[in-house]
Amino acid sequence: MTSKNRAKEERSSLGWFLAGARGIVSLPAIILMLSFVGFCALTVQAGIPPEQVVFMVGAVWALPAKVILVSSILSGASLATAFLAVTLSSVRLMPMVAALVPELRTPKTPTWLLLVLSHFIAITAWVFAMERVQDVPRHHRVTYFAGFGITLVATNMMLVGIVYHVVAEFPPIIAGCLFFLTPVYFLASIWHSARHPVVYLALATGLVSGPLFYWIAPEFDILLAGVVGGTLAWLAERLWRGQRRAGA
Amino acid sequence: MSWQDGWWAYAFIAIAGWLATDIWRWLGVLAGKRLRDDSEALNWVRAVATALVAAVIAKLILYPTGVLAQSPLGLRLGAVIVGAVAFFLARQKPAAGIATAIATLAAGLWWLGF
Repeated sequence: MTSKNRAKEERSSLGWFLAGARGIVSLPAIILMLSFVGFCALTVQAGIPPEQVVFMVGAVWALPAKVILVSSILSGASLATAFLAVTLSSVRLMPMVAALVPELRTPKTPTWLLLVLSHFIAITAWVFAMERVQDVPRHHRVTYFAGFGITLVATNMMLVGIVYHVVAEFPPIIAGCLFFLTPVYFLASIWHSARHPVVYLALATGLVSGPLFYWIAPEFDILLAGVVGGTLAWLAERLWRGQRRAGA
Repeated sequence: MSWQDGWWAYAFIAIAGWLATDIWRWLGVLAGKRLRDDSEALNWVRAVATALVAAVIAKLILYPTGVLAQSPLGLRLGAVIVGAVAFFLARQKPAAGIATAIATLAAGLWWLGF
């Protein structure tokens, strides 16, 4: 064992929690914070009070789900419609969590702890954890992830509370760029973190079917775009996979 | 009753936001112990989920609110395309694509006198 590895083994739980917390200065965390400033501008324009925005950041956490929740509120959707739109957009959290849990847990990790910590999983925390957790001794991984996840959520809750009253007075170019950061960041991070060919296809069909269904049925556009676009992408990828297998 | 009235707003966010997302996280934890990552059902779920988020992305780019609502569509699409080119030239580094797209948009907005 090298001295570096021994130092890692000897680090305390608090040490690992703080090591995770230091992830707040990483590139993904900084991009996410800028996106949250942009999201804050969206909620100001939607007329949602600051206390509710802070609550939303802590309670929902996943940025795409929050953007859909705000759009639902803006369009005057009912509770059932909003729930359906948000929950369908968040299905992606299940495979993400399911893929991360085997990396984090030991046979002794209690299930309740994983259920609590799963709340801190969204795209950024997931990408960060999948990349970095490999270098953390297994019995410290849950602590390390808790340090990162809790710090990231708490920081963004404070950030949103602080910038809420400032974003409205930003120069137009800054406000425009911050708003634009969210879609551009999602595009780049979904492509970058895709592990399956169907994700690339679904990204393309979703980009096309979103505006298409907005034009055909604006109340249910995102739901329809997801189900129809996603199913088409899945069928196309299956067909392609089958043909490739038959050709081989 | 409007979503903005006191406790109802928090209940709305808790049910349509918190519960609607954490259900999947909890199921993910439970499935993480036994889920087969190569199953066809999961592949479909993954496709639908990605297409949903992509639809949100497209709407944010095509129908933005605030300042960008007054910017020309060509500029927004151009910024995304230039950003995508930079992303692939930089071996799919998100930071490169994001920075280039934002810089293009900022330059365009400045040139248009925003």
